[in-house]
Amino acid sequence: MMVGIRTRDLRKIYNSAPPFAAGAGSFVTATLGRKRQPKPQIVALDGLSLDVSPGEIFGLLGPNGAGKSTTVGILTTRVRPSSGQAWIGEHDVWQEPVAAKRLIGVVGQRPNLDFSLTAFEILTFHGAYFGLSAPERTDRARTLLDRFKLRDRADQLVRGFSGGMMQRLSIARAMMHDPQVLFLDEPSAGLDPQTRLLLWEIIREYNLGGKTVLLTTHNMEEADALCQRLAIVDHGRSIALGTPRELKASVPGGFLLRLRFGQHSDELLQKFQALSGVREVRATENNGADLYADRGGSLIPELANLAATARVELCDVHISEPSLENLFLHHTGRSLRES
Amino acid sequence: MNRKAFIAMLARDAHVARRNFVPLMLQTFLQPLMFVFVFGRVMVGSGYLPPEYKSLLLPGIMALSMVSAGIWSVAMPLIAEFQFTHEIEDRLLAPMDISWLAVEKVVAGMLQALAAGLTVIPAGWLLLRPGVELSLQTPFSFVLVAVLVALFSASGGLALGCSVGQAQVGLMFSMVVAPMIFFGCTYYPWSALTNFPILQKAVLLNPMVYASEGLRGTLVPQFPHLSLLAIVAGLASFNILFLVVGLRQFHRKAID
Repeated sequence: MMVGIRTRDLRKIYNSAPPFAAGAGSFVTATLGRKRQPKPQIVALDGLSLDVSPGEIFGLLGPNGAGKSTTVGILTTRVRPSSGQAWIGEHDVWQEPVAAKRLIGVVGQRPNLDFSLTAFEILTFHGAYFGLSAPERTDRARTLLDRFKLRDRADQLVRGFSGGMMQRLSIARAMMHDPQVLFLDEPSAGLDPQTRLLLWEIIREYNLGGKTVLLTTHNMEEADALCQRLAIVDHGRSIALGTPRELKASVPGGFLLRLRFGQHSDELLQKFQALSGVREVRATENNGADLYADRGGSLIPELANLAATARVELCDVHISEPSLENLFLHHTGRSLRES
Repeated sequence: MNRKAFIAMLARDAHVARRNFVPLMLQTFLQPLMFVFVFGRVMVGSGYLPPEYKSLLLPGIMALSMVSAGIWSVAMPLIAEFQFTHEIEDRLLAPMDISWLAVEKVVAGMLQALAAGLTVIPAGWLLLRPGVELSLQTPFSFVLVAVLVALFSASGGLALGCSVGQAQVGLMFSMVVAPMIFFGCTYYPWSALTNFPILQKAVLLNPMVYASEGLRGTLVPQFPHLSLLAIVAGLASFNILFLVVGLRQFHRKAID
């Protein structure tokens, strides 16, 4: 039985500060009644619809505060949507939360291990909550501790674990009851590169068993390497959807040249637009311009010549190859890292 | 309800209590037993208090220990787990309606409160003997009152633990728990307040009064105490109130 995930028009408005992992969202001011009482509200999700196929590794890519964690929260029964619906397989998450919880395993963004228990006990008690028999629990816990290279620490309290060890144990715990759908909220945050590769391998392997995986990340490389399909999320909306390859191909030209000049000149930007291979030119802040083009370095001499002729100083050039970063920038005008 | 998950969570709490047995014992018993020793032994032995005070004091100390044990064991972990360690999330994600998790916390708290209360009797008796005259004339009433007191302590712990922020824990003890104990007829019977008529009426809003008077009425009925009917009605009403408030607050904390 393979299980998919669906959401329809999810909206979430926080009336107070959102939970830690949900980031900032965007502020609006609501007017209540006749008296104008400004009440700060935070729109975390603004009509998000997703359709994750059974057996797929699906990624939500976006900056902090885009609504990724809130989406995971709603799908995992921890955040009640203001409106809209969410399903795990056939089960409406907010009508049948217990049935939905039975199908999912969740790795949260912040560590939430049981500090009063040892690593081994964390896994076996988790198994017991899901009704595994005692021999099954012991067996699976041992296998997972081995797989996540935590065997030596099995009988220690997790209080003294490093961040990376806690993260590995959280993932092992989420897999303990062999859920059909695995949610991972920023799974590789704080992991060293080696452990990150181990994690990717484990996620791929888990997915090969027919399991659905939904992960959130603001790391392009991870999204590109791991996800079969991606939704790019910003301000609580999905702004692009497709395979990493499709998404990258959807950026005009693919290459992005970020330029900065001594002064602003519309005339110069128009001349750039006429160069062969240049698809789109956008003026940016601080006398800058973004050029989307189907070639990169070979454009530089022409750009420099045009600038020199127009007596505009070219201060800075940055070329990036086709990437999800460029895609995000193209859709939002902001870089993932700076937002 | 998912029986397996519920029992697994009780087992988890029992396991953690076993692991923390020594600090838990010190936390629960040190203060009440010192009180028993100073007031029941030193003060009585040196003639400042009459010998009967020993018997009067013991049920009050039992109520105090039960209520502290219940509130501590439910409220403190909830405050930490919801706000700081987030440990509770794994249990919130278990395939069971989350209200049952709150109920499990209450059941675990009740068991700890009962264990604390039943330990105080022999411990206090050993410290105070001779001269403690306990007379368990109506065992059924005693069991009923003890269970209601345990439920009061655990449901009170649920309501407090889900309403108080981490920053206000100190305030919770000095503003809620301490006045509740001192004005809770733990160290004196309710009838001793006859000369303070306003206070005597006002303390009836304190659930602790029914706990102390209830245990006094069923363990040392030779002293004046509130009627059993008033005690059971008082405890039952507060228990329902705390459970309703506690469950509502628990849902608010558990779901954003």
